[in-house]
Amino acid sequence: MKRKIPLLITFTVGIILIISEFIPHKPFGQLSGELEIWFLIISGFAILLGQLSLFKVNILKIQYKQRDWQFYVITLISFVVMVTLGFLWGTGKSAGMLGHGEIITSTLGHKPFDYLFHNVYQHLQATMFSLLAFFIASAAYRAFIGRTVESNLLLTSAVLVMLGNTTFGSLLTGWLPESLNFLHLPKVSEFIMTFPTTAGQRAIMIGAGLGIIGSSLRIILGIERSYLGGE
Amino acid sequence: MKKTLIFLFIFISCFLFSQEISFNIKDKPNDDGAALILSWDTSQIEASKIIIERKAPDSDLIIITSSQEVVGTFEDGTDIDPGIEYNYRLSALDENGKVLHIVRTTASSSSQWFNKKKISLLILALLISVSIVYYIFSAKSGKDLYIRKIGGLESMDESVGRATEMGRPILFIPGTLDLDDMQTIAGLTLLRRLAQKAAEYDAKLIVPVCRSMVLSTAKEVVKEAYMKAGRPDAFDPDSVFYLTDDQFGYVAGVDGIIVREKPAANFFLGAFYAESLILAETGFSSGAIQTAGTAMPSQLPFFVVACDYTLIGEELFAASAYLSKDPHQLGSLKGQDFGKAIFIVVLTIGIILEISGVHFLKDFLALH
Repeated sequence: MKRKIPLLITFTVGIILIISEFIPHKPFGQLSGELEIWFLIISGFAILLGQLSLFKVNILKIQYKQRDWQFYVITLISFVVMVTLGFLWGTGKSAGMLGHGEIITSTLGHKPFDYLFHNVYQHLQATMFSLLAFFIASAAYRAFIGRTVESNLLLTSAVLVMLGNTTFGSLLTGWLPESLNFLHLPKVSEFIMTFPTTAGQRAIMIGAGLGIIGSSLRIILGIERSYLGGE
Repeated sequence: MKKTLIFLFIFISCFLFSQEISFNIKDKPNDDGAALILSWDTSQIEASKIIIERKAPDSDLIIITSSQEVVGTFEDGTDIDPGIEYNYRLSALDENGKVLHIVRTTASSSSQWFNKKKISLLILALLISVSIVYYIFSAKSGKDLYIRKIGGLESMDESVGRATEMGRPILFIPGTLDLDDMQTIAGLTLLRRLAQKAAEYDAKLIVPVCRSMVLSTAKEVVKEAYMKAGRPDAFDPDSVFYLTDDQFGYVAGVDGIIVREKPAANFFLGAFYAESLILAETGFSSGAIQTAGTAMPSQLPFFVVACDYTLIGEELFAASAYLSKDPHQLGSLKGQDFGKAIFIVVLTIGIILEISGVHFLKDFLALH
């Protein structure tokens, strides 16, 4: 019974949603949007579970003084501070329990929650994102070491695309006559990005699309039950 | 004779007059009756602006659009209900705002039971679905099906074995999207197999997630896998935990886990965005054996470079069927291959037709 009911719900909802893709008439046409709203409502409740999990895991690590336990204290303090500030003075145009906090807002220039969001959170986020540049460099170094035919091809196309996107690339082949314009590096770069890259990406997307259809059918028909913990 | 001439004069005047301005309304096809398409042609008079108003049975006249186009169309999709008759008034104004001409008309919308624009999608979906179901039944009847080897999945045992030997944990990341994404579900189906193996080998499994819904599901999946392996006592409910919904906050958290716990094997299976390379490179620097899988084409190169094994697109969705060796599931993979064959044929014919200047197939396949 524990398995059969979820399977029945999955089958019914799956079939109705497939049908609704082709029937615009009410109530089918609106079903997809309605179910998305249901999903958001359930997500709203589930977020409480997530926060409880966050608290539990961090408190346990602090309690047992696990390695670098101080970081978990910072996590919990940050969480409590942000939630409290949001509750007390609200965020953006929404008021909190103590209203808009005009005095504190005029001092900080923002509401306390927004102040921390703009001056701490966003900078931390940008820091993490900017790490990507260094990781790209290290990953590219490994990828571009020419060992096989494939890696040599990758190296060649990457160099062409990179040069084609710089002014130096334009300068290198800028002297070519009009008849050889197709060899101009920005043109070569554009060609690689427009045709071979797009073709490869589309092939992957078609494969993935078929995979999604296959997986969805397996789930709707109850053949695939791993997501329910079953075989 | 005189009467005939007067009649002809009136008739011609009316005809010419009616030619001055045209205002037509028709129901928007293939929808749920929530829109009407208005079109006008005021090229016969020197109007510099037109205003279109609408009146519903129980409401006042409201302006729905104004335009300076002499000939134009407008889709009225605000507060339109099917079956209700709406009165429309088009006023043509000159440059001083003086009304030159007014045309009134009524219209009502209707909802359709089938979206004709999606007939090509229906045909293709039916073909692929029927082929998948056919191959599932073929496999059930004992027909031998060949499925090529997928390196990334063959290595799963190796990764778990390595983690056990080294006494280090296994890290599993089910992507950064919620349960409404098929890639996350595909990742979770693999998590079940991995958790079962981890339970059998007595390896520690860490599953940090960034969505609360994924947390509940992943917890249930891992718990069931430990029960299936006959080791419910070994299941640690805190091994599956929530970090944050924020993309880079999650990355920072997972990177911290990789650096501190130094997992022997990392699995990144699901939907990823810019965080893919940050995660994979941190994992690479920690010396872990890494398996990644996603259907995000822009993230695949990063995984290919930084991971030992990468499941590309469809391989991620095929993973569960491949590992289960269940004929039903393997049959569905064969059905997908048939779908690929259909695509290759359609694409080839499409290319030939387009080069020949015949656009029938392109128009037929276009959804919009």
